[in-house]
Amino acid sequence: MTMLESTPRGGDRRAARGGRARGPGGGRHGRGGRSGRSRGARLGPAARRNISAYGFLSGALVCFAFFSWYPMIREFVLSFQRNNFVDAPVWVGLDNFRTVLQDPAFHAAWVNTVAFTLLALVFGYLVPFAIALVLNELRHARAYLRFVVYLPVMLPPAVSVLLFKWFYDPGPGLFNQVLRLAHLPALSWLDSTGTALLSLVIVTTWMNLGTGTLIYLAALQTVPGELYEAAELDGAGALRRVWHVTIPQTRLILLVMLLLQIIATMQVFIEPYLLTGGGPEDATISVVYLMYRYAFSYGNFGGGSALGLMLMLVLIVFSAAYLRLSRDNT
Amino acid sequence: MSTNLTASPRPPASPLAPATRRERRRRGRGGRFTSEQRTIISSHQLNSRWGRRIYWAVLAATVVGFTAVFVFPLYWMVTGAMKTGPEFARIPPTYVPSRFSLDGYRDAWRLMNLDRFMLNTLQYAVGAWAFALAFDVGAAYALSKLRPLFGNVILLMMLATLMIPPTVLLLPTYLTVKDVPIVRLDLLNTPWAIWLPAVANGFNIFLLKRFFDSIPTELLEAAQIDGASPWRILRSIVLPVSRPILGVVSIFTVVNVWRDFAWPLLALQDPEKMTISVGIASLRANMPQTTMTAALVIASLPTIVVFFVFQRHIMAGLTAGGLKG
Repeated sequence: MTMLESTPRGGDRRAARGGRARGPGGGRHGRGGRSGRSRGARLGPAARRNISAYGFLSGALVCFAFFSWYPMIREFVLSFQRNNFVDAPVWVGLDNFRTVLQDPAFHAAWVNTVAFTLLALVFGYLVPFAIALVLNELRHARAYLRFVVYLPVMLPPAVSVLLFKWFYDPGPGLFNQVLRLAHLPALSWLDSTGTALLSLVIVTTWMNLGTGTLIYLAALQTVPGELYEAAELDGAGALRRVWHVTIPQTRLILLVMLLLQIIATMQVFIEPYLLTGGGPEDATISVVYLMYRYAFSYGNFGGGSALGLMLMLVLIVFSAAYLRLSRDNT
Repeated sequence: MSTNLTASPRPPASPLAPATRRERRRRGRGGRFTSEQRTIISSHQLNSRWGRRIYWAVLAATVVGFTAVFVFPLYWMVTGAMKTGPEFARIPPTYVPSRFSLDGYRDAWRLMNLDRFMLNTLQYAVGAWAFALAFDVGAAYALSKLRPLFGNVILLMMLATLMIPPTVLLLPTYLTVKDVPIVRLDLLNTPWAIWLPAVANGFNIFLLKRFFDSIPTELLEAAQIDGASPWRILRSIVLPVSRPILGVVSIFTVVNVWRDFAWPLLALQDPEKMTISVGIASLRANMPQTTMTAALVIASLPTIVVFFVFQRHIMAGLTAGGLKG
């Protein structure tokens, strides 16, 4: 805020100085100012500042305009048009939305996406916090544990997903081998409607767990030790200390991470795309995957954009809450 | 003056660095638990007889559990690629391959065009990094220090893009890149399809502008009075003190390009132009599982190496983005 006021002041000061310098200098020696200075006199320092500012801005402005702002508008336009990219596009009102809503896969996609998000929250939200709590108490092997938990995050997601596709193989796959060792019945994992979605959640959790864990760990290290000290003196056990000290102290970051995770998991695409192709019987089709299918399998960009628009409206609610939270607290 | 400069911009990249140093010192000397930072369980409790037993049990369980869950799959991947076809399909599987051969890796490299995919991805990552750094630093500097007319509107519009995840805009962005308005260019299957959209990243602008805001204006004004141009101020004052944030933005940009899947899947469909992730995924149906697994190992090597080298920067950048983003 101080910057807002101080920069124009700097500009004014400069203008005043320039004026003073030009007056006597020009008069005494009878020669014109340097070319830069005379250009400055014509344009004024504010104009010059604006010109150079827009020079610095131009690259990013062009990229944002073409690859961020324009596609946002285009998403709206496309979802109300029928467009085969050969003939002129026709405005069709809500036809695309009607088509999409009547598609039986639409219902499945939303149910799966919400179920996936909730399941991923149970695993991917609570587990990292619990892990971070334990890691923060440990006095040994911390560097190793922190390194190891973040290792899967560094693999490209496509690698993790394809790796797990092999692990889920009902025959020589690793998971059924583990079940055999434990004398449990083998599962068909990705091939059964009952376990397919859960299998996707396991992959997602495995490859993203490290991010949450490390962020919580950093947050836990900011909790003042005196609070635990005081709680202990009041006779609070370890669990009560977590509940009454740790969680209130890290409330903000817990909330922020909740929103971020909902936003990220609702966009699930690569897992169904590479593992199941949406099957079996649409058991794992997600909204983004259905959007992809509309555009690139059915050639219906209108329907796909309508789906994208719906998801966008849902996600905006969460991201607005997130931005508000992080704005108020930085 | 220089100490003032480096000290005052709040470096968001630091929260983890002191912690690691502290831990190294914290490791119990002489077997007793002492701790500089009080956590939920006090050192006193840990030093009781049961406290010690439970502590060691939890530690052992955590180390074993983490190794099993996070390291063992990677071991399985690396050794799986060494097995022959029949050994690979055996039930129950062998835990150590009967022979250590790199044939699987050689096949993958030869048959799957991996060198092409690797070079492509490298080219996309380096270009995206250069463009994002040049354009986003310029924009953030202009918005933070030069404050042009309508600067606040532009900033707001750039930050507004953070509300809309790029995934939901995949289709219109694809169509835009396919036929860029005004200039009428088809950028599909060219590196530009990765490079230019990487610049349009509201988070970069946010991080950079917040950092530049914390550089005291008086310094820049002093330079300005001495006749330094905005370009010169950026180069000699702003950039040198912004090294931490430039590091964070660089790592984010490069890692994002390397990890991204959905966008390169749409924008680079030509097998000669594919990224490593998309390329391997596109061949998943036609390759024997051992070759495929070897390709997965090769594809994860670059990011794992980067992680080993920049481990602390990556982890610090993560908390900078997560806490304040």
